[in-house]
Amino acid sequence: MVTITATSCKDTKKEKEHNNEDGHHSEMESGEDQHEEGMDMHDDATMDSSHDMMGNDQNASKSAALVANYLDLKNALVADDKNAAAKAGGKMVSSFNSFDMSSFTSEDQDELKDIIEDAKEHAEHIEKSPIDHQREHFDVLSKDMIDLIAITGTDKKLYQDFCPMYNNKKGAQWLSATEEIKNPYYGSKMKSCGSVQKEIN
Amino acid sequence: MKVVKIVSIVFVVVLVGIQFVPTSRNQSDVVPDNDIMTLYSVPERVGSTFKTSCYDCHSNNTKYPWYNKIQPASWFLERHIQKGKDELNFNEFGTYSSRRQKSKLKSIGSQIADGEMPLSSYTLIHGEAKLSESDKKIVIAWVNKMIDSL
Repeated sequence: MVTITATSCKDTKKEKEHNNEDGHHSEMESGEDQHEEGMDMHDDATMDSSHDMMGNDQNASKSAALVANYLDLKNALVADDKNAAAKAGGKMVSSFNSFDMSSFTSEDQDELKDIIEDAKEHAEHIEKSPIDHQREHFDVLSKDMIDLIAITGTDKKLYQDFCPMYNNKKGAQWLSATEEIKNPYYGSKMKSCGSVQKEIN
Repeated sequence: MKVVKIVSIVFVVVLVGIQFVPTSRNQSDVVPDNDIMTLYSVPERVGSTFKTSCYDCHSNNTKYPWYNKIQPASWFLERHIQKGKDELNFNEFGTYSSRRQKSKLKSIGSQIADGEMPLSSYTLIHGEAKLSESDKKIVIAWVNKMIDSL
C-alpha cells in the first residue's frame, strides 16, 4: 500500500528522466525547462477514486473536501498565486470547521482535535498573509495534513513529496496528486526541486 | 464660524464622554502554571527578551503606559492586546498541544527573523522592546532548539 523511496534532491534527477513521459527535467536553479502551466489544471483536479485501499471508506471520504482544498492551495503556491492560495486557505478553514469526527475512536478524535486546531490556524494565516508567509504556514499545514490522512485515510492516490532545501535546508514536505514534482515552496523559481518520499494508496 | 464652534464643542463633549467608557485591563497577579518559563527552562537572556518585548501583548499581564488611562488610546491598546493574546499567550503556553506549541515556536522564530514582531508601532513608544541583532539570533536559536526537542 505504501512504498517508501527516500532520495535526495540530486538523486531524483536521474530517476525523473525515466518517470516523466516527456523526458524533460530541469536543473534546480536554472528553471530553464518550465512545464506548461496548463499541466496543473488536469492532474490534481482529476479524481481517481479507484485506489480505495484504506479500508474505512466512510472515514476516508470525510477527508475528501480537505484534501481537495489542500491540493488547490498547493497548486496555487506552485503557480505563485497568492490570491488563489488565500482563497483555498479560506476554504480549508470552513472544511476544518465542518469536519465530522464522530465516527472515529475517542483516541483518534483527541489526535484529530489537536491536528485540526493547529491546522486551522495555519489555514487562517494563509488566508491573510503575503506569499512567503503562506508558504511558511503551508509547511506546517502539510505536516498536519499528512498526520490527519494517516488517521482518516483518503480515497485519493497521493504522493508525499519532500523538498530538502526549504526552511533553511531543514526540508519540507507536501502532498500532491501527481507523481511529477511541482514544488509549492519555491514555485517558478525551482519548480522541479524535490522528490517523492512515499506513495499513499 | 458658528459651525466651527458647534463642531468643536461636540468634539470636546465626545472626547470627555468617552473617558467614562470602561475598558478591561489586562492584569493578573496569578502566577501562571502554564507559562512557558515555568514549563521549560528558558535561558535568562531569552526569558528577559520575551518579558520586555513580548509579554505586554502576549501574556495576561500588561505593563501599561500612562496614556492607557486616556481614551481612545485604551481602546486601541485593548484591541491589540486581545489580538496578541488570541494569537499567542505565553502564560497559557502549557495549555497548547505539543503540535501547537511547535507551531507557535516556529512562528515566533519567523516573525522575529522577518522583523514583523515586535510591532513597529509598539517599539516606537517602547524603545527598550526593540530587538538587537544579537537578541534576535539568541531567541531564534533557542526557539529552533526547542522545536527539535518537542
